[in-house]
Amino acid sequence: MKIHRHSYDAVVVGAGGAGLRAAIETAGRCRVAVLTKLYPTRSHTGAAQGGMCAALANVEEDSWEWHAFDTVKGGDYLVDQPAAEIMCREAIDAVIELEHFGMPFNRTPEGRIDQRRFGGHTRNHGEGPVRRACYAADRTGHMILQTLYQQCLARDVNFFNEFQVLDIAFAEGRVAGLVAYELATGDLHVFHTKAALFATGGYGRMFKVSSNAVTLTGDGPGVLYRRGIPMEDMEFFQFHPTGIYKLGILLSEAARGEGGILRNSEGERFMERYAPTVKDLAPRDMVSRAMLTEVREGRGIGENKDYLHLDLTHLPPEQIDAKLPDITDFVRTYMGLEPKTELIPIQPTAHYAMGGIPTNINAEVVIDSDNTVLPGLYAAGECACVSVHGANRLGTNSLLDIVVFGRRGGAAMAAYVNEVSHADMAKGVEDETRGSIERLRVGAGGENVADIRSRLQEEMMEKASVFRTDESLRSVLDTVHSLRDRYQQASIQDKGEIFNYDLTEAIELGFLIDLAESLVVSALARTESRGAHFRDDHPTRDDANWMRHSLAFRTDTGAVRLDYKPVVGGKYEPMERKY
Amino acid sequence: MALVDVELKIKRYIPEQDTKPHWETYEVRVEDTDRVVDALHEVKWHHDGTLSFRRSCVHGVCGSDAMVINGSNALACVLLVKDVGTTITVEPIRGLPVIKDLVVDMEPFFDQYKSVLPYMINSTDPGYEERKQSPEDRERFDDTTKCILCAACTTSCPIYWGNESYVGPAAIVNAHRFIFDSRDEAGPDRLDILNQRSGVWRCRTAFSCTEACPRDIKITQAIQEVKRAILYNRI
Repeated sequence: MKIHRHSYDAVVVGAGGAGLRAAIETAGRCRVAVLTKLYPTRSHTGAAQGGMCAALANVEEDSWEWHAFDTVKGGDYLVDQPAAEIMCREAIDAVIELEHFGMPFNRTPEGRIDQRRFGGHTRNHGEGPVRRACYAADRTGHMILQTLYQQCLARDVNFFNEFQVLDIAFAEGRVAGLVAYELATGDLHVFHTKAALFATGGYGRMFKVSSNAVTLTGDGPGVLYRRGIPMEDMEFFQFHPTGIYKLGILLSEAARGEGGILRNSEGERFMERYAPTVKDLAPRDMVSRAMLTEVREGRGIGENKDYLHLDLTHLPPEQIDAKLPDITDFVRTYMGLEPKTELIPIQPTAHYAMGGIPTNINAEVVIDSDNTVLPGLYAAGECACVSVHGANRLGTNSLLDIVVFGRRGGAAMAAYVNEVSHADMAKGVEDETRGSIERLRVGAGGENVADIRSRLQEEMMEKASVFRTDESLRSVLDTVHSLRDRYQQASIQDKGEIFNYDLTEAIELGFLIDLAESLVVSALARTESRGAHFRDDHPTRDDANWMRHSLAFRTDTGAVRLDYKPVVGGKYEPMERKY
Repeated sequence: MALVDVELKIKRYIPEQDTKPHWETYEVRVEDTDRVVDALHEVKWHHDGTLSFRRSCVHGVCGSDAMVINGSNALACVLLVKDVGTTITVEPIRGLPVIKDLVVDMEPFFDQYKSVLPYMINSTDPGYEERKQSPEDRERFDDTTKCILCAACTTSCPIYWGNESYVGPAAIVNAHRFIFDSRDEAGPDRLDILNQRSGVWRCRTAFSCTEACPRDIKITQAIQEVKRAILYNRI
């Protein structure tokens, strides 16, 4: 295994929307490298479908304050309100900037950016749905990813494609370097850098049914967690209501924004009972819970009565072709069904991590309950927790999050690296990574990585997903611990150096196990129900005790230690969440 | 949905031990509604961990897993086992250097993509509002915005196999996406690039690219539109 050494002012880790937007901001202002384990255009931003909300008011009255209110309420008041205000205000700039970058938004007859309805987005503090989501058919994320990548090419951004970051080095209390594994050669690369911005996306692959790419394994949060950075609000994981049955492939909320409705085994539009005002366009946590409540009460569909139907059959066929072409193709390809005439079997699918690496509004990583900044370390996008999504993210706000905080992080990082010199990095920062790779390569314990991962995914899905109890969480925690023991005995077959995905899958499983543990421990402690975290044994929100963010630290002994920090409030007082 | 036994015949090449590619056959049991990529995962996870292939989203939007499946280019995550049969041959896409098994060197492909200036070029100041574009003008280039750069088209092109300086269908698709965007000002520059020997005139309208595209982009038509724009100076 060869070791290569590089020196940069700044390194961006990950090349989805947040990483690319950060790279654009740093281009020309400092020497920056972008490391990504995939080719940039493979990033999962490209799978986002429905839209990106901004109160442009192009088609009806709207204001960014209403958007901020919806975001705070949608997040069940765990949102830090100043951060949400920044995101919703800057959303307007972000959409216009994307348009100037060449983003092909759908247009109104007047040639302006068109907007449509989306779950949880309302006019005047909940009066009714509002058309706020800017979109490009049902491939908005694809268009954003392509557009940002194009702009990086125009700025000659320096990409290291198929480089997987496996460790970070600190010195003098700040960032000193990164260790990356090059997939094509098996070599290690040490990047001496003043700053690093993590934008590695989510970790939905710890659950069995997920809309996430199989590469979404939480590498960035995993690396930092092992180096003592806490994980914030890990217990809040969003299950999107409309995943294709069993496969988990996402069918955008835009399907309901365009008029689609959910039905149970009796053909009933059951969301009318759960959210009388906005019905099928209630926030995702509520819809997913309503669906599984229908299943629990025997109104699920199919042999095992375990799915519901998404009904698009009443929509004009030309509207489906124009507005929902991709997702209806997914239904044809993977289910063999014609969505214009047939009902679509769906179930909640693990979709989005609200929690992650704690940051402030400039994407600087903060490492304790006093929000102490770790100089040179930044995070943006799904891997980060600002917190703008609180306990439940509203649809479209993720695309907003990546461009707004990717830009802010890139700007803050470029300013920082122009003020400081490189920290002295210790010799041999790559030794630990090299050691763990060698151990995996020679491991003779005989445990199969795929089998351990499947068991983790099944247990997490059954016991730590939409409904949780003390008992289910304790059970899954035991399993996670036993899986970690088995993981120590993992063996891989591929002993080679060139494109050894056997090895990288094993490494990724290690991150998933660590993050699953932090999620379960955080969920076990939170004896209330809020947003996406629902406890059957504590079914109500408890603002007196739990209006605070969780911080999960990994201690030297490998155990999880919890701490908390207050939610940053604002003008919206917590109230009961009704739609 | 039913379990089926599938024979997967995979073209293998491990540079550290093989002097040339060879075929290996694996028998796996999968659901008939599984994707080809699921069958490949079954091989990798339970039969032979040394098998290497790229994949990410596994539902046809990231473009990682273009392969030659039963002789034709396709994404392994879009084809279902029941639609391709119980004997499945899998090879790397052609025309790009094979690095290991189904993993090819994508750099030449992305270099060709970059050569057509694939980004919005417009020097006018739009001020603090969006550039206007009518729905009709937006529709004009809609088809070519769908490209996911999977290389299925370019590596299905017989001209590309024989002439690696040809920019290939994917690069032309991405040039088309900007040439016909009413907001862009660099159409003539791109047409100049595509008017060179490495450009659109290499295309012999074999339609292989159009048939290979997992996004159903009318690629041959897009190439013809670029040719016409060059000939008649008309965008």
